[in-house]
Amino acid sequence: MKVEAKKLEFQTSIAPKTGADLLIDLLKKEGVDTLFGYPGGAVLPIYDAIYRAQGSIKHVLFRHEQGLIHAAEGYARITGRPGVVIATSGPGATNLVTGITDAMMDSLPLVVFTGQVARSVIGTDAFQEADVMAITTPITKHNYQVQSVSDLPRIVKEAFHIASTGRPGPVLVDIPKDISAGFLTEEPEEGSIHLPGYQPTTKPNPMQIKKLAESVAKAKRPVILAGAGVLHGKASVELTAFAEKHSLPVVTTLLGLGTFPADSPLSLGMAGMHGTYAANMAIYECDLLINIGARFDDRLTGNLAHFAPHAKVAHIDIDPAEIGKNVATHIPIVSDSKEALNELIDQASESPEHEAWLETLKQYKQEYPLWYKHSPDGMCPQWVIEAVHKVTNGEAIVATDVGQHQMWAAQYYTFKEPHRWITSGGLGTMGFGFPAAIGAQIAAPDSTVVAIVGDGGFQMTLQELSVIYERNLPVKIIIVNNGALGMVRQWQELLHGNRISESILHTQPDFVKLAESYSIRGYKVANQEELITVLPEVFAYDGPVLVDCRVLQQEKVYPMIAPGKGIHEMIGVKP
Amino acid sequence: MKRIITATVQDRSGVLNRVTGLLQRRQFNIESISVGPTETEGISKMTLVVEVEDEQRLEQVTKQLNKQIDVLKVSDITDKAIVARELALIKVASSSQLRSELNGIIDPFRAIVIDVSKESLAVQITGRPEKIDALIELLRPYGVKEIARTGLTALLRGHQPHVNELATYSLLK
Repeated sequence: MKVEAKKLEFQTSIAPKTGADLLIDLLKKEGVDTLFGYPGGAVLPIYDAIYRAQGSIKHVLFRHEQGLIHAAEGYARITGRPGVVIATSGPGATNLVTGITDAMMDSLPLVVFTGQVARSVIGTDAFQEADVMAITTPITKHNYQVQSVSDLPRIVKEAFHIASTGRPGPVLVDIPKDISAGFLTEEPEEGSIHLPGYQPTTKPNPMQIKKLAESVAKAKRPVILAGAGVLHGKASVELTAFAEKHSLPVVTTLLGLGTFPADSPLSLGMAGMHGTYAANMAIYECDLLINIGARFDDRLTGNLAHFAPHAKVAHIDIDPAEIGKNVATHIPIVSDSKEALNELIDQASESPEHEAWLETLKQYKQEYPLWYKHSPDGMCPQWVIEAVHKVTNGEAIVATDVGQHQMWAAQYYTFKEPHRWITSGGLGTMGFGFPAAIGAQIAAPDSTVVAIVGDGGFQMTLQELSVIYERNLPVKIIIVNNGALGMVRQWQELLHGNRISESILHTQPDFVKLAESYSIRGYKVANQEELITVLPEVFAYDGPVLVDCRVLQQEKVYPMIAPGKGIHEMIGVKP
Repeated sequence: MKRIITATVQDRSGVLNRVTGLLQRRQFNIESISVGPTETEGISKMTLVVEVEDEQRLEQVTKQLNKQIDVLKVSDITDKAIVARELALIKVASSSQLRSELNGIIDPFRAIVIDVSKESLAVQITGRPEKIDALIELLRPYGVKEIARTGLTALLRGHQPHVNELATYSLLK
């Protein structure tokens, strides 16, 4: 009894605060509710502080650093707030590299804390030392190495500010172990942001807005291209209002899916390599292209010589470096998408007269829709997506991996609302989808979250099954299983003389048993009838489920623009 | 085309790496780079001479540099009225008999001898890169043993002429 009392006394006495305790306080001040992390030697002081914080800040333990950083990306995509990551030095940090690069390419806000060896041994090739600053300089929006604990309040504040403003992106903070472990001699001063070299432009130039409004009034064949900048600006409502005011047809990029309601008569769907006929032809034939928050990625534009060849190009982007980078721009507008759209809506300009153009596009939509043919030999992957769309009423949060299933999901899981679609666009990271779905489910616990993954990519990060079981996160995993690295196989068939080189996965785990070994429900489905029976059960169940959908291996993603071809040179359009 | 770009940067560790890394990643060729402190404490200035293909690439490189958090200001000063200088140290093989002959070459360049030994002497020259190139060519027949050059650094002149006068002031084209 006496011993107990003594122990209690020790715990309640005020222990000196460490740099790590200060870090946790600062994170709480930033409103951080979840940490995506993995412990290790150099972050032991930080994990000690997490322990001392007694659950006042949630920490989700993943099974690999790649898994946790993709989860943080999924979280950031859904909430718009930075995903916060903790990993140890050396291998912990280098395992984050793919996720950091992915976030950089897709402009996702992350604040990444990595442990570092003590300052006294930096540069001596100490155990688990890696030059994380040099490694991450080209793949972060900015990075810091903390040299003094008194800098920590400022650095944390700046890191969150940089990550979440302007064009969002990942910021890394490298913390030497002696800084996180060191005791504070005094409470450091409140941090304040001092960034004279960072002042993003958010308000559009009124002259350019006027110019664009005039061009809209004069255009005979206008079209809007909506990208992820509309999501970051939370400007979907304004986009819809602007498009409807002037009856402007809208195409979206892969990442821009959901920015404009897919069921609107003005929606032409996704453009690009696997875009719809109507969307790609609208870009090819338009005389005014209004790009809002897209970066003219090569997978969108195809051969630049044939991209919007007759168009005046207006480009609204918060990042001035994107304007004119790939496509010559006549009306550059550096601005937040919402600010620019509000200004455009307020301009009392006339609407263009372009009935004939809308009629042409309507015809394209009707005559050349997305299509596939059912086969007696097995289940079509496109149909699987349509079935999932139906059972979830098109309202689920969908995270995908990269490859064929990603493109089919983009084509057939049509969204009515923004912030429902999570995919790796710029970097094209296999293994992204499943952990990103976990992050989304953590961000939106009451939403239906589906991870649509391929059998190849899923095997890159499937260890995170532990997390969804442990936390009872009701993520539904739909494996579009064609026993192949389907997109590689498709390119080999179409572009490499049908030489199918190392793209068939001859051996696979029994995914149902695999799920069961993690105490997760699993189903294997080989035909439409089975899937129709199983899906309502899957989505009614309040817990994680894995569905292994066996689909036809030969099925290809169409339409397709082969590399080097123009946006109008699609193959596989509905005959 | 050759362009002179100046970047005012925060004097922080790694900032040079950020700038050169960016140029490398975006495939810009750096001909020379010089860095030093400015009149303001904590702020440094870099002067870069880069080779770019066209206007569009030039615009990209300045925009990308501007995006760096530690970069405060980027200017392409090639077409402005500027004073641009480089310093070079040149070690030339020289016996005592040749010294006065060499002095005759060095003097018109307003270069000076800063070290003399039995077999060589070291020359210091300041000027525009072409001037330095010219002196090196004249010294070459005597046996140039070593050259160390600082790279170009530049300042805008106090008076900037009107746009139509610019061409004559342009240093590099």
